Amino acid sequence: MSVGADTGDKILPGAETKRGVDVKRGLRNALITGLVTFGILLPLIGFQTTVNIRNELILDTRPWLLAVMVALVIAFSLITSFVIAPWAQHRAARKSESTSLKAAARRAAFAKYVVPFALGFAFLFPVFSIQFAGWQGAVKWIDNFGIQILIYIMLGWGLNIVVGLAGLLDLGYVAFYAVGAYSYALLSQTFGFSFWLLLPLAGILAAFWGILLGFPVLRLRGDYLAIVTLAFGEIIRLVLINWVDVTGGYAGISSIPRPTFFGIPFTANEDGFAAIFGLEFSPLYRTIFLYYVILCLALLTLFVTMRLRRLPIGRAWEALREDEIACRALGINTTSTKLSAFAIGAMFAGFAGSFFAARQGFISPESFTFVESAMIVAIVVLGGMGSALGVAIAAIFMIGGTEYLRELDLLKAVFGSEFDPTQYRMLLFGGAMVLIMIWKPRGLISTREPTAFLHERKMIAAKFVKEGRG
Amino acid sequence: MSSPIMSASNDILRVEHLTMRFGGLVAVHDLSFAARHGEITALIGPNGAGKTTVFNCITGFYKPTEGRIALQSGASSAWQRLEALTASPAQSDIADDGALFLLERMADHDVAKHARVARTFQNIRLFRGMTVLENLLVAQHKTLMQASGFSIFGILGLPVFRKAQAEAIDRAVHWLETINLVDRADDPAGDLPYGDQRRLEIARAMCSGPVLLCLDEPAAGLNPRESAELSELLLTIRDQHDTSVLLIEHDMSVVMQISDHVVVLDYGEKISDGTSEYVKNDPNVIAAYLGVEQDEVETAASEVGL
Repeated sequence: MSVGADTGDKILPGAETKRGVDVKRGLRNALITGLVTFGILLPLIGFQTTVNIRNELILDTRPWLLAVMVALVIAFSLITSFVIAPWAQHRAARKSESTSLKAAARRAAFAKYVVPFALGFAFLFPVFSIQFAGWQGAVKWIDNFGIQILIYIMLGWGLNIVVGLAGLLDLGYVAFYAVGAYSYALLSQTFGFSFWLLLPLAGILAAFWGILLGFPVLRLRGDYLAIVTLAFGEIIRLVLINWVDVTGGYAGISSIPRPTFFGIPFTANEDGFAAIFGLEFSPLYRTIFLYYVILCLALLTLFVTMRLRRLPIGRAWEALREDEIACRALGINTTSTKLSAFAIGAMFAGFAGSFFAARQGFISPESFTFVESAMIVAIVVLGGMGSALGVAIAAIFMIGGTEYLRELDLLKAVFGSEFDPTQYRMLLFGGAMVLIMIWKPRGLISTREPTAFLHERKMIAAKFVKEGRG
Repeated sequence: MSSPIMSASNDILRVEHLTMRFGGLVAVHDLSFAARHGEITALIGPNGAGKTTVFNCITGFYKPTEGRIALQSGASSAWQRLEALTASPAQSDIADDGALFLLERMADHDVAKHARVARTFQNIRLFRGMTVLENLLVAQHKTLMQASGFSIFGILGLPVFRKAQAEAIDRAVHWLETINLVDRADDPAGDLPYGDQRRLEIARAMCSGPVLLCLDEPAAGLNPRESAELSELLLTIRDQHDTSVLLIEHDMSVVMQISDHVVVLDYGEKISDGTSEYVKNDPNVIAAYLGVEQDEVETAASEVGL
């Protein structure tokens, strides 16, 4: 589905006339947008306080910068009204139901090939990295890209159970990630338990917190549920900051025991991994090992989610998203069904959290802010709620994309060496979101795959599928 | 309040002195009636008479202000234990010779799950984004959940679950054949025409294996041919399955044709109770439907040409 191919096609006369009709409205919109922007930016950009040579605070005005900003916003509004909106409208009009279903079938066939290919690539990624970046450079690629993306894919798949399947908007998902991370950090430091014992334990503890959160919020729906889960995420973070005796507060917990290769540590010592296997010591071994651990964890998440979806519990989650009252009339206990979604989603966040702590060796509340929750929700929403493949693609673009920004020396050449592209990542994020919401309002993969079929597996068009109101 | 119940022991449902108040509004007042095994019982009355409120009380969606709603399945001797059950704090009395449930004490999903009362809704409540087949599988949640060992056997993919799933699909196919929708099994339920959606909702309720099926205006919005098909379907359910039907309906052709027993409500109170023939000629009913006092019925009836 390329954007360029569609714009290049002939434009129907109907679309042209519609464009003409909209001129007045488009201009009015642009004017209003400009006024609002002016109002907002006047105090923010229009005035600047500076210190003059006598060390006095003086008020400067920046009319030109303000004018440029307002002009930019007006221009964007005009482009939206006169270029993007008619194009989207015309596209929607031309795209009949049958063609979109045909496209869905094409995508399904595509998915059949893309999945084995992606799996193969994921398994061979460390090899490619070493091949192309050498031993020194590979650490960065495997760690910053491979592991980082896989953590978010796993979190996305976990949250997909709650948001995508059960239709419960959870904005505090990072809290369970934090529970998993701190569980691993504290228990391994205090009791010296190994990573492999603490991994399931962290998952169970996170699931327990999932149920604990689930109980009070069960009667809430939609926006109210989102607000309370958001608050829950903040409560966990504030507890981590303020309970200094246990969590170390802002300082966090450092020197967390690193995972071992079935008892063999990745150290330069004589009983370390490299020495025992007769290899030259390199930090790369640990990175590669961690990569395969998170790959297996992510695949476990995928396997369990896909299986659960085809089980009565998964069908009950989706039915709950479609119509809660009908569920109750069919004897489905909505309380336990919602709690199970919360608990299982939280469990995978717990796994990911304990892995995160083991990988970093250091954790602090900084890693578990609302932005992380928002990022995971964005991955699920952009990917297409309920679609595992969509979530994976979205995670690769969002996380890989921001990491890749660091690598872009090209931008430095254009904007000067002072330019730090990562500073603009939120701006790019927002832009990408707006574009996706115009282009594909229900996410990258919006069709729903049925969990059982009699004659043939037909994808279900997004317009029938509810997004859930909690 | 004595109702013309011929053999009391054949009751499946007894509603006794049911009152439902919403704040100051009395939606249902001291209503008593019974529905019998293997019969279609219709609940009719003008708009706002409180029919849907009664349904919501029976199916556990509302907690009645006062009154008792008892359901019996299995042998009819279970009714003898009713007073003992009422005196105890329990919700149900399940024994080998039949089970007894006090529906007003049960949560909505327990009414469906344990007492096996299924219902449909006035405004269709299908899972629109799920396929027709999936809708029928969700209805078999209880059986499938047990077979999947609360998902553990299911995740492991054990044959015990796969067998149960195949049986569930067979049952779904049976109902799809009954309502003539096998060809559309893999289409989203929201894509079906209105009449098919109505029938699918009934099939979905039947897939949960109910002893009592409560239908809230199943013929609403159907054309005469679809109404006739619906009547056929309800008679099939009554005659070929061990399911009794309780029906709210405004379409008098459906009600009079298939009901074995009709209860008429007006302003939350029962005004008539008997066979369709008896109810049709009851002056109370005619008065209520014409909206006049009973002594004005003849004048009013002649005015409208009855």
